[in-house]
Amino acid sequence: MTPFKPVLLEAVGVPDGYTLASYRSRGGYAPLEATLKQKQPADVVELVKSSGLRGRGGAGFSTGLKWTFLPKDHPGPIYLCINADESEPGTFNNRILMEDDPHQVIEGIILSAFATRASTAYIYLRYEYPHSWHRLQGAIDECYAAGLVGKNILGSGFSLDIYLHRGAAAYICGEETGLIESLEGKRAWPRIKPPFPAIEGLFKKPTVVNNIETMACVAQIARRGVEWFKSIGVPADPNNPRDPGSYGPKLYCLSGHVEKPGCYEAPLGITLRELVDHFGGGVWKGRRAKAAIPGGISMGLMTEAEFDTPLDFAGPGRVGCLGLGTAAVVVIDDQTSIVDFLHNSCRFFAHESCGQCTPCREGTSWSLRMLERIRAGKGRLKDLDLLLELGNTMGMMPGSTICGLADGAAWPIKNAINKFRGEFEDHIKRTNPGGWMVTDPVPALQIVGAH
Amino acid sequence: MAVVIVDGQEVVLGADERLNCIEAARRAGKEIPHYCWHPGLSVVASCRMCLIETGQRDAATGKVTMVPKLVPGCQTPVKDGTVIVTESEKVKESRARVEESLLINHPIDCPICDKAGECLLQDYHFEHGQPERRADIHAFTSRKRDVGPTISLFVDRCIMCTRCVRFTREVSGTGELMVTSRGAKEEIDIFPGFPLDNKLAGNVVDLCPVGALGDKDFLYQQRVWFLKREANVCGGCSAGCSIYTEHNQDTVYRLKPRENAHVNTWWICDEGRYGWHHLHDSARILEASHRVTQAPGGNGHEALPFQPVEWTDVVTGVRAELTKAGRLAVAVSPMLTVEEAWMLCAVARSIDSQAFLALGHVPVAGDDETFPGGFTIRGEKCPNRKGVEEVLAVFGSGGHSWHDLVAHIAAGHADAAWITAGYPTSWIDQAQAQAFTGLPCLVVQDLFDSPLSAQATWRLPAAGFAERAGTWVNVAHHAQSFRQAIRPPAGVWPEGRLFWNMLGRRGLYDAATIRRELAGQSAALAALGADVPATGVDLRVRQLA
Repeated sequence: MTPFKPVLLEAVGVPDGYTLASYRSRGGYAPLEATLKQKQPADVVELVKSSGLRGRGGAGFSTGLKWTFLPKDHPGPIYLCINADESEPGTFNNRILMEDDPHQVIEGIILSAFATRASTAYIYLRYEYPHSWHRLQGAIDECYAAGLVGKNILGSGFSLDIYLHRGAAAYICGEETGLIESLEGKRAWPRIKPPFPAIEGLFKKPTVVNNIETMACVAQIARRGVEWFKSIGVPADPNNPRDPGSYGPKLYCLSGHVEKPGCYEAPLGITLRELVDHFGGGVWKGRRAKAAIPGGISMGLMTEAEFDTPLDFAGPGRVGCLGLGTAAVVVIDDQTSIVDFLHNSCRFFAHESCGQCTPCREGTSWSLRMLERIRAGKGRLKDLDLLLELGNTMGMMPGSTICGLADGAAWPIKNAINKFRGEFEDHIKRTNPGGWMVTDPVPALQIVGAH
Repeated sequence: MAVVIVDGQEVVLGADERLNCIEAARRAGKEIPHYCWHPGLSVVASCRMCLIETGQRDAATGKVTMVPKLVPGCQTPVKDGTVIVTESEKVKESRARVEESLLINHPIDCPICDKAGECLLQDYHFEHGQPERRADIHAFTSRKRDVGPTISLFVDRCIMCTRCVRFTREVSGTGELMVTSRGAKEEIDIFPGFPLDNKLAGNVVDLCPVGALGDKDFLYQQRVWFLKREANVCGGCSAGCSIYTEHNQDTVYRLKPRENAHVNTWWICDEGRYGWHHLHDSARILEASHRVTQAPGGNGHEALPFQPVEWTDVVTGVRAELTKAGRLAVAVSPMLTVEEAWMLCAVARSIDSQAFLALGHVPVAGDDETFPGGFTIRGEKCPNRKGVEEVLAVFGSGGHSWHDLVAHIAAGHADAAWITAGYPTSWIDQAQAQAFTGLPCLVVQDLFDSPLSAQATWRLPAAGFAERAGTWVNVAHHAQSFRQAIRPPAGVWPEGRLFWNMLGRRGLYDAATIRRELAGQSAALAALGADVPATGVDLRVRQLA
């Protein structure tokens, strides 16, 4: 593959790279100054829209388009919320950005707030990131002192306050309306839509929720321009009118059974195999890969045969996965049981389901109960059908839940059983020779709590 | 004019109606099952029981485009051309799955659950559920904890519809209830040290679609399928909330709010809800009795004992004694129905054409109290002051209050007094009763003994609210008619029956007959001439028309 010089991760490894002085020495905040002096908010919206930037938080929705959903001529306030509740298993790119280059993120936030006419921005940071918290707060304080945040930024007349809010550790707070509810001080139960946050969000005001990495991309687009951004990545599929293309650099989080796990920056569209071989140094201990999670556990599972799929926004969907998600790749070697993998996945979602919608609340817990039993050698073939039925019927896509958490819980179930059904059946028949064919209800096992 | 198509059936909506799919389907006679949705609370769309298929019919071509996924009926507003499908296989499967899910962690302890028989989980399971369990069988726990002085929470029965939580936040505004934990482990709970103890708390039990919230007052008292219900009106205050009196064998077991958009919407207060116990109080006056002369007011003479009297003798005896005594003063209690008050006035005027008629004692406890959801508890603790005032106006005695009557008697303008009361709590003190000392004839009709009844020459029982029939007019001039729910205890004639007989009428007391008669005599009460609907009539509206 062609050599690629990291842009978003430029500050990684630079001594004191997280400071304002260091960021400025790398050209930081100059684009902000130019923008505030010479441009109108609409220009920034147009810039981001034309760059084709798609949200890095998981859904991959066009950032510029999202901003245009805000009501025109709204008297305000309009809020900008930055989603730093990075809780998708396997994902840590936001943490790297916040810890090593917080000013890049903040410049993106100021530019985005200017574009959306927001005068208040909230960063919703997950509880488990104390180091990010200190770095971000330090950077915000530096910005206030330097007049980059606060009243009348750089004499432009534009004012912005940035608040850093620390969550209390729940996966559901990463769902945008769950995040808004949590910011309002409520239980993070995702809201029903419509109204969408752009119309009625935080404190019932128009609100944009963007990811940390998206903000870093906005800063880089302002600095390097649309041409640069569009020169990287995968153009739109001419045969698919609904594909807007996948442009720009992306931070891939590589973990699991590889020799060199880490956060790597690569152009969108790198294949999973290239990522594992080129950046990850191959599968660990000389083993072969069995499967990989393409972008966080909720995106499902790719088999080794599918490793040549490009990791752009459209790629994983072509092999039955939910999508690119957070581009967090977790490699599973051939010594690992898919039953154990699925058990762990179900345990996570049963623990993190917020409990609002019946199908998700009961479905995630039921699937965990079945996996517990299968692992304990008391599985039945019927359980696989039940699991698949649960997987096919819970989620926003069939319409049975409010938010996408249940889709995320369903995809690993569907992918694991559809793609590795033989392994499940072998396991069940081998461990439960006397009972694998039973179809009547069987006694439940005691569930040991996840925490 | 909006047309909605429900399972192929066209329903025409009113011009300014804003309905969701559940309400629109109801118009077509289709019940979309639901747990979390309640018309009086915000929409959360979380139970997912009301998932249906919807679509849109193109006005020009008539072509229907369906939405590919299921949508919650509660959250989806209808507009012209909306197509609702409530009975497709996809919808049925979805309902069966939701029912199955809800039963995975439900104890299914119906035999010992108070809700059995009126439980939505039970009803929907029979209607929409799957015939057999597919989930693993586990030993069920049955945890119960008090969440307030009147309410118990059966934790494992809860299906997490959060109606109760929303009620305390949106209607009572007290916010005692919350959801703790996450996923299948979540539970309804109170904040430590802040019990569910507000004046509307009992409504959460009515809201609960399953047996999770139990009213301690009703718990284990009666199986709901033995209960009969009668549409009634609460007599607790001048709000006149519509209620159901639920009873069995002349015993009231509980009161439930009856939906009435004009009065109480879906709620009643706890004061009203538990305000029926006096009906079955053993201290009630349970027989008519008489003595020849009044007990002397503290001048050393022994009071003559009361002698029980047959009711037929009361009918003639009271009239004879009052006629003999001379100038009559009558207190018309605001606990009486309009019909009873009218008959009382008619009887009084037939005895003494100059009889002094006054409104009886109006009990007041504090000010009106309005809750964030708009529900108001009135400070005036009687149901029919407005109605009695209108009746008194018919007899040319409008404006006389209880205090006027006491002053009238104290001034020696009356030789006899007939005091109707019927208050569930004590209402007159020794000092005020002193004014009636020495009257040759004093008729007192009340639920309980009081300093006044101690001086009576005729001590007659009164009926409780569920034992009456007639019409009450609430503080907002809204008149509601109701029938007798239970028979009074043996030996008690409701006031209506006594007055009816004293007027020399034949047969049984019939409130509707009286209502028609008095409607012809009073412009203010003219609306009562026609049949009064279950939700009542606004007397002022008819006057304007």
